[in-house]
Amino acid sequence: MNGPGIPWYLAISAILFSTGIAGVLLRRSPLIVLLSLEIMLNASNLAFVGFSRLFGQMDGQVFALAVMAVAAAEVCVGLGLIVAMARRNLDLDVDRMTELRG
Amino acid sequence: MGNFLVWVIWLLAAAACVGTGLRVVTASNPFSSALSLIGNLASLAVLYLLASGEFVAAAQILVYAGAVMVMFLFVIAYLGGRADAPWAGGTRLIQTASVIAATALLSVVFVALMLNADGRLSDEAEVTRAFGSPAEMGRLFLTDHLLAFEITSIVLLVAAVGGVVLGMRSENEALIDAGNGEGA
Repeated sequence: MNGPGIPWYLAISAILFSTGIAGVLLRRSPLIVLLSLEIMLNASNLAFVGFSRLFGQMDGQVFALAVMAVAAAEVCVGLGLIVAMARRNLDLDVDRMTELRG
Repeated sequence: MGNFLVWVIWLLAAAACVGTGLRVVTASNPFSSALSLIGNLASLAVLYLLASGEFVAAAQILVYAGAVMVMFLFVIAYLGGRADAPWAGGTRLIQTASVIAATALLSVVFVALMLNADGRLSDEAEVTRAFGSPAEMGRLFLTDHLLAFEITSIVLLVAAVGGVVLGMRSENEALIDAGNGEGA
């Protein structure tokens, strides 16, 4: 490959994943928590594609596509939950969703 | 010359990726968060292309930046002002802890990369032009990974059914609405 090597890909992947972690833990809006989750899934996808290129095996790319499908499923259910919360006039705030606390 | 261009495009895409990622987390308006995430996904697709993942890049644009993000934007528009999410006030334990966790993970990966994992990350395999092409991906999906492919479709079906069930009016809600109607 003429361009940057795999370590560069992994570095970007790590930066994105840390950004996602910070977003999930810092933000209180469930929508932005979901968006941050997407960032984390995409960071792992980038690592998959990078390693797939490193080893010359395409299984990593196949798994990246599977991750995309799981992410779509997760967004479908997550957004359904958020809309259900909004229709019951609950606060859209993950810190106040404490009913399941044991 | 080609080498230089690849580096320039790669660095631009990487900078856009990190910048839009930070914007997603820091924006107080969910709409601009979602729009930044679209930019993030598009710049990631450029990085996939440069790592010879043509089909993954195309799927990234079509599935993610297209379908999933449109769903997000619809929900944000549906929620309207209720979706606005200002930052929580004050520094709490979990906020400090989350920043520490994120930086710790970041530094671990960077140290591992600087040690270059005993040089095992530097010798990339030679690949043919077919690497990452839709034809090759399709062949893999219908031969080696057929089970994963079928299970993925079941996962998506279950998620779609789950979304419909979550979106249905529960009997409770219907009763409350009927009660309000009689009262008025």
